[in-house]
Amino acid sequence: MTRRTALPGFGLTLGMTVTWVSLIVLLPLAALALRPWELGLAGVWHSVSEPRVLAALRLSFGAAALAAAVNVPLGLLIAWVMVRYRFPGRSLADAMIDMPLALPTAVAGISLTALFAARGWLGALLAPLGIKVAYTPLGVLVALIFVGLPFVVRTLQPVILDLPSDAEEAAATLGATRMQTLCRVVLPALAPALLAGFGAALARGVGEYGSVIFIAGNMPMVSEIAPLLIVIRLEQLDYAGAAALGLAMLALSFGLLLLLNRLQHWLPGRAA
Amino acid sequence: MPHSALTRRGAIGALLGTLAVTPAVAATTLLNVSYDPTRELYRDINRAFIAAWKAKTGDVVTINQSHGGSGAQARAVLDGLQADVVTLALAADIDALAQRGLLAADWQSRLPDNAAPFTSTIVFLVRKGNPKQIHDWPDLLKPGVQVITPNPKTSGGARWNVLGALAWARRQPGATDASAEDYLRALFHQVPVLDTGARGATTSFAQRGLGDVLLAWENEAFLARKEFGDADFEIVLPSVSILAEPPVAVVDSVVDKRDTRTVAEAYLHFLYTPEGQEIGARNFYRPRDPAVAARYAETFPQLTLATIQDFGGWAKAQPAYFADGGLFDRIFMPGK
Repeated sequence: MTRRTALPGFGLTLGMTVTWVSLIVLLPLAALALRPWELGLAGVWHSVSEPRVLAALRLSFGAAALAAAVNVPLGLLIAWVMVRYRFPGRSLADAMIDMPLALPTAVAGISLTALFAARGWLGALLAPLGIKVAYTPLGVLVALIFVGLPFVVRTLQPVILDLPSDAEEAAATLGATRMQTLCRVVLPALAPALLAGFGAALARGVGEYGSVIFIAGNMPMVSEIAPLLIVIRLEQLDYAGAAALGLAMLALSFGLLLLLNRLQHWLPGRAA
Repeated sequence: MPHSALTRRGAIGALLGTLAVTPAVAATTLLNVSYDPTRELYRDINRAFIAAWKAKTGDVVTINQSHGGSGAQARAVLDGLQADVVTLALAADIDALAQRGLLAADWQSRLPDNAAPFTSTIVFLVRKGNPKQIHDWPDLLKPGVQVITPNPKTSGGARWNVLGALAWARRQPGATDASAEDYLRALFHQVPVLDTGARGATTSFAQRGLGDVLLAWENEAFLARKEFGDADFEIVLPSVSILAEPPVAVVDSVVDKRDTRTVAEAYLHFLYTPEGQEIGARNFYRPRDPAVAARYAETFPQLTLATIQDFGGWAKAQPAYFADGGLFDRIFMPGK
């Protein structure tokens, strides 16, 4: 029995999908996966378990997770306001959310550094409080929050748009408080999208390079991110070592995203 | 990152250049792949050489430049950037190209003076009035002094910085390898940020107001004073520094393919002519030519300089200090 679909030919479309995915995604990844083994298994392990590498991985993944966690509630708030309210300048504000995506990341990094350096507008205000942002791991976090925000907002917006407001109204008529409505009606329905947004922001943060290196300070063991370490290895002509580190990051990211993906499926709010 | 962007632009430029040139007629192009702070030097050199070459042969040559951290530039050439000549921060980076067969192993003896037409050294750039009273290497360890240097892993200039520091430390009474390493560890404790290239470090220090002292190429220190104002910075000459010899070479595999050997060699020889030496000195590189050097004696005071030979040459210094697990990695490991 054949079902009518808009696209003609299952075989043709699947063939194209597989070819395209192979060419654009799998081929480069396979090249990466094959590269480091000239070091041997022990060599690869040694290369990715150096203290300096571990510190860099911890910073990259830790800061990215933290930044994504900060972006989820903030992004939810922004997405909610953008979808549910009408106010002057809304479309302007909505367009601005994509700015971190459009801006070359190096420009973002340099602007953030200028802003948060001890002499910058914000840095000068924070310095008397003993808070240093530029050239510290905190700077990495700030940069990752900046680049990650649109991912959360853009993931949530269409879902909020689809969220029927009659469910909230029904909850209200049944005597639920605003808090109860939020926690038991709205958030569960949004949970998969929140997780997806978290995952997207996390993935972006882990791989982010341009905006971070300007603000990070790049000190080994302290504020050196893993992608920078890859670049440093390349510049030392250590291609295999760079590939080993790239592969380690890839494996970690893949594991994390897979976990988030599974988590989404188990969530109660998942639409049937 | 500006470096990679530049490198990429260089790569694209070179690609387009090759595509445009191969079938065309007499319009020759050269690509000079250089390190970070030489932008101004080669801009002037190129202008003069193009005129000299036209006067001599009647041919018009176009010279493209690409700049970035020395190690990054070497890698770009290794990965296929079609550099007719490389003018890098240290011999080790050109050695890496020679090891992989891009140019003859004896490249350094094909031109006079170790193939380094100019020399430079490492000096301190401090803020006006020298508020932290920094006069020599030990002053860098004073509490509260922040030192700015690029990352020796990626920057050739920073490797010379490290060698300058070690040269001083090893000449102290009772010095050992361990005491020199301790000095270096203490020194890098005073460093708040590691830029990937010399120009980035200069920007951090001069433009963003970070740190109290910049360890810099002498030419870069002069240039910073010129660009950002004499009134804001002072140059301090340490008691001991290092003779930095940034070498130049024709990349055999590229010039043979592109048929540009004659003009590429003429370009490098031009650096040794009185005119080339004069341009170098004007851009704050120490000239080799005694006559030109005499004219600029006031600009470039005599210093006690160690040389790379004191460290056994780059073939020994590079793995011992800067490779993975080398001295520079060790000083960042906690508890050692």
